[in-house]
Amino acid sequence: MPELNLTSAPAHLRHGSNIGQPLTRRDGVLKVKGQATYAADNHPPGMLFAVMAVSSIARGRVTSLDIAAAKRHPGVVDVMTPDHKPPLAVDPEVKTNPFVFRMEVLQSNEVRYANQPIAVVIAETLEAATEGAVLLAPRYEALPALVGLDAGESYVPPVVGVGNPTENHRGDVEAGLASAEKQIDATYETPPQYHNAMEPHAIVAHWDGDHLSIDMPTQGLMLSLARIAELFGIAHDKIHIRSPFLGGGFGSKGLMAGPPTLGIMAAKLVGKPVKLVLRREQMFGPVGHRAPTRQRLRIGADGEGRLTAIDHHARTVSSTFDDFYEPAADASHTLYAAPAIRTSHDAVRVNTGTPLFMRAPGEATGSLALESAIDEMAWACGLDPLAFRLKNYAEVEPITGRPFSSKALRACYEQGAARFGWAQRVREPRQMRDDAGLLVGWGMGTATFPALMFQAEARAVIRRDGSGAMEIGAHDMGQGAWTALAQIAADAVGLDIDRVDFKAGTSDLPDAGIAGGSAHTATAGAAIHSAGAAVIAKLADLATGDERSPLFGAGNAGVIARDGKLIRRDDASRSESYADILSRAGLVEVEARGTGAPNPAAMQDYAMHAHGAVFAEVKVDPELGQVRVARMVGAFAAGRIVNPHLVRSQLYGGMIWGLSFALHEEAITDRRSGRIMNANLAEYHIPVNADVPPLDVITVEEHDPHVNALGIKGVGEIGITGSAGAVANAVWHATGVRVRRFPIKIEELLTDL
Amino acid sequence: MKQFEYVRPASVAEAVAAAARPGAAYLAAGTNLLDLMKGGVSRPDRLVDITHLDGLDRIERLADGSLRIGALVSNADLAHDAEFARCYPAVAEALLSGASAQLRNAATVGGNLLQRTRCAYFYDTASRCNKREAGSGCDARGGENRTHAVLGWSESCIATHPSDFCVPLVALDAIVEIEGRAGRREIALDDLHRLPGETPARETALEPGDLIVAVRLPPAAREFAAHARYLKVRERTSYAFAVVSAAAALRIENGRIRDVRLALGGVAARPWRARAAEDLLKGATPAKDVFREAARRALADAKPSGDNAFKIELARRIVVRALTLAAAGTPARIPALPASPLASTSGAIHA
Repeated sequence: MPELNLTSAPAHLRHGSNIGQPLTRRDGVLKVKGQATYAADNHPPGMLFAVMAVSSIARGRVTSLDIAAAKRHPGVVDVMTPDHKPPLAVDPEVKTNPFVFRMEVLQSNEVRYANQPIAVVIAETLEAATEGAVLLAPRYEALPALVGLDAGESYVPPVVGVGNPTENHRGDVEAGLASAEKQIDATYETPPQYHNAMEPHAIVAHWDGDHLSIDMPTQGLMLSLARIAELFGIAHDKIHIRSPFLGGGFGSKGLMAGPPTLGIMAAKLVGKPVKLVLRREQMFGPVGHRAPTRQRLRIGADGEGRLTAIDHHARTVSSTFDDFYEPAADASHTLYAAPAIRTSHDAVRVNTGTPLFMRAPGEATGSLALESAIDEMAWACGLDPLAFRLKNYAEVEPITGRPFSSKALRACYEQGAARFGWAQRVREPRQMRDDAGLLVGWGMGTATFPALMFQAEARAVIRRDGSGAMEIGAHDMGQGAWTALAQIAADAVGLDIDRVDFKAGTSDLPDAGIAGGSAHTATAGAAIHSAGAAVIAKLADLATGDERSPLFGAGNAGVIARDGKLIRRDDASRSESYADILSRAGLVEVEARGTGAPNPAAMQDYAMHAHGAVFAEVKVDPELGQVRVARMVGAFAAGRIVNPHLVRSQLYGGMIWGLSFALHEEAITDRRSGRIMNANLAEYHIPVNADVPPLDVITVEEHDPHVNALGIKGVGEIGITGSAGAVANAVWHATGVRVRRFPIKIEELLTDL
Repeated sequence: MKQFEYVRPASVAEAVAAAARPGAAYLAAGTNLLDLMKGGVSRPDRLVDITHLDGLDRIERLADGSLRIGALVSNADLAHDAEFARCYPAVAEALLSGASAQLRNAATVGGNLLQRTRCAYFYDTASRCNKREAGSGCDARGGENRTHAVLGWSESCIATHPSDFCVPLVALDAIVEIEGRAGRREIALDDLHRLPGETPARETALEPGDLIVAVRLPPAAREFAAHARYLKVRERTSYAFAVVSAAAALRIENGRIRDVRLALGGVAARPWRARAAEDLLKGATPAKDVFREAARRALADAKPSGDNAFKIELARRIVVRALTLAAAGTPARIPALPASPLASTSGAIHA
């Protein structure tokens, strides 16, 4: 990979602290010029094109493929099938750890879901490979497909999400409900959704003997590398993955999936570099999705509007061959101070690819149901939705009783409501109209997402010329890691950002963990922070222990690193530059490593969450039922904000997804065949520009001394939560119609049918 | 992709000869055809590229007051032609409510008329579809069909024609000029698209080799300019096909409806001209009651083809609204959100 030429425009040349500055993304110019090389842009010499043939049935087996017809097609080189493929070192059905998911890589002719890969055609051109895949004309023995939330007997999964207990409770929910003066019992449904990152999954794989070179977008370089090493039986150091840019991932590029594995197998089969890129419709199956949910909420409150109990049950689905359960009901653990809370899940198995993490897994689905139910409860209690939430504000985490490490939600409510003008809201629905006669509704939702930390390592270097380097295999999914992490790196080594050679995005760098769980900036940032501190400590040892240094003897008082110099903490007039320290010591450079990891003691003592409050205004045509969001205000408290500019964009993106969740997004599955009927971006609706109103994001200041050394909580996912509920609640407020099945459709709002 | 022959004829006559062979298809902008080919839905052996033919990209005012629109005029160029938008505002509004700006820049007038249905079962080659493969069956019946036809459908096919542009064109009695093996002929646009009956694969009145060279709006079409609207309800504000749409055009004299045109989109295999409703409205004073009665008549024969009964009531309401908006008068400018019920929403910049 050629060196990346990241922007060092004047806007980035600054002195002093970098964290907290709204730098524009340093990879922006490359992207605007089309010079940012995404995986599928790589064309090594001799590269062939691989195209997957996918199953058109959802359950059964492939009985024949016309391999001869495909091979006869001009340009087709080979056809990889279960009978003709390179061997794998381990059975991909064996789950060696909880982050290993089963994948379809031509190990049998069984079909478990529609769009499952059943063969791979390798050809000299993309066109030839594509036609070769058509010419395979597969025949099947089909079995009835299992489709939908009532596909079969339900069962209680052992865990939901990543190892969360399936059921949780605190207090006596039934007693709480029985004692309640007001009760609601409502059931909400959310549809299956597919990640649909702009960049589809893609790989260019090249074997050179037993060395494997890969270009592939991944949110988890080392997790992918470890899985590839295991599958192909090669040592970690024989594999090099480059993933400098991702065109979005949203969770679907976190773990090694079947299709890129097929690309590596195809390259091995033909002995040449191979590129495999998913077609848009092929994204609807083998690379994860958000499972549908049906959630029942029973909530009780006393005569004053204080909650007495929340019972949140979620039904979801998993595939017939693996386990991932959308932890939707867990959304009720943290927000509202009910003395009794119970959450539970059950599931049925259906013929789909295995569901997976999709931006705010559990929180997005669960928050939409919970925030709708809270809105219904506020109405039942005769209270304003914000007043109701404040009345039930959780001062400690309700499900555990632990204190929060920090919680500025009250400030989010206040600042968001003030900016929105919430105080002017009329409590009754269907009371507000605009000049054109459209119904106007105001709704709100509370946002929440856990502040997580994973494990990461970074390597910091200070060079004799006074420059620095920071190396970490971090991932820029579009969120701005090239910029935000470089800002942290610059502060960590006390240099201006343009003096730090920030390296990321390849698997030969220290493990940055996974870009997921909204934890990448916190985790990678903590590693960078600690590597920087370690390398500065080494420099300080060199200086303070050397009598020729003006810092000699400052060991006890300490030094601080700033502007390429170490400065005596108690006497700013005494300092020495990095260059001088290293040249006197006769060293070319000094390096150190540092790690970022969760603090188990703090996690035991504190509940750690980011929070927010989202307010939405919608307009609805009273007769025709078409809805449009008119404006949204989101106020979020997420600890330290490394780059306000990028954070605002992240939160915008989340809020837009929330709008999409409430009004647009849905994979439509044929109830008979199990095929997804809208597996394209014309019919799988996400909002277009014209659907997105002016968005207003407030980042509420929050200092958290417990989450990690930098006080970062993460903003990658929280924007969805709260937003979907705010829009749905606004639709109710506009129309008086409570829609409990999402996305909200026109026909639901055609009243007086 | 399937390999195909690509020919670029030098004249309309050459084009017709080249396209008359079985397996041939005309290629204009390809905004629909190329997607169909990539999906294996259409697998032509030969593409006859007509984009270089001379003389098909003009908008001409004829001596008798007609307007002749060449088949290769782009949707965007037509909609943004100021004279056109002034004379036929509902057509311009319909054009601007369709697809996206990028697609409108490419898509052509002739291609728009001949775009294929958006029925998911037509596009999904693993599903049975009588339109794609005659006699194979219809998986849309009993399938996911909440957006399917409520008028003119048959047991063989419940697909709809997705065009916005065609809806006001049919209302305004547009005429299609066709060059074929037997020379030039013309038919009413209303007769171009066929209802499915037993033969849904036969979608139009065109014969092999027939090339649409122009669409003509007759002189009377201009007389509705003061009271003409297109209204489209869709599931997002832009870049979505109509759930239901309507074009309404009135000629109001002395407070009475002297003449009226009404057509519906998204409800049938062709743009649906509502003549019974028009008859009722002629001579009436524009008012909600008579509009409601017209809507009732327009949908009198409607019946659900699946989970889409709501479309019938929605269509009635859209008819009432479109007539109401048309009676109120064509706005001086096409709204920022063309054809949208939410056109008046403040802050809307574009669609």
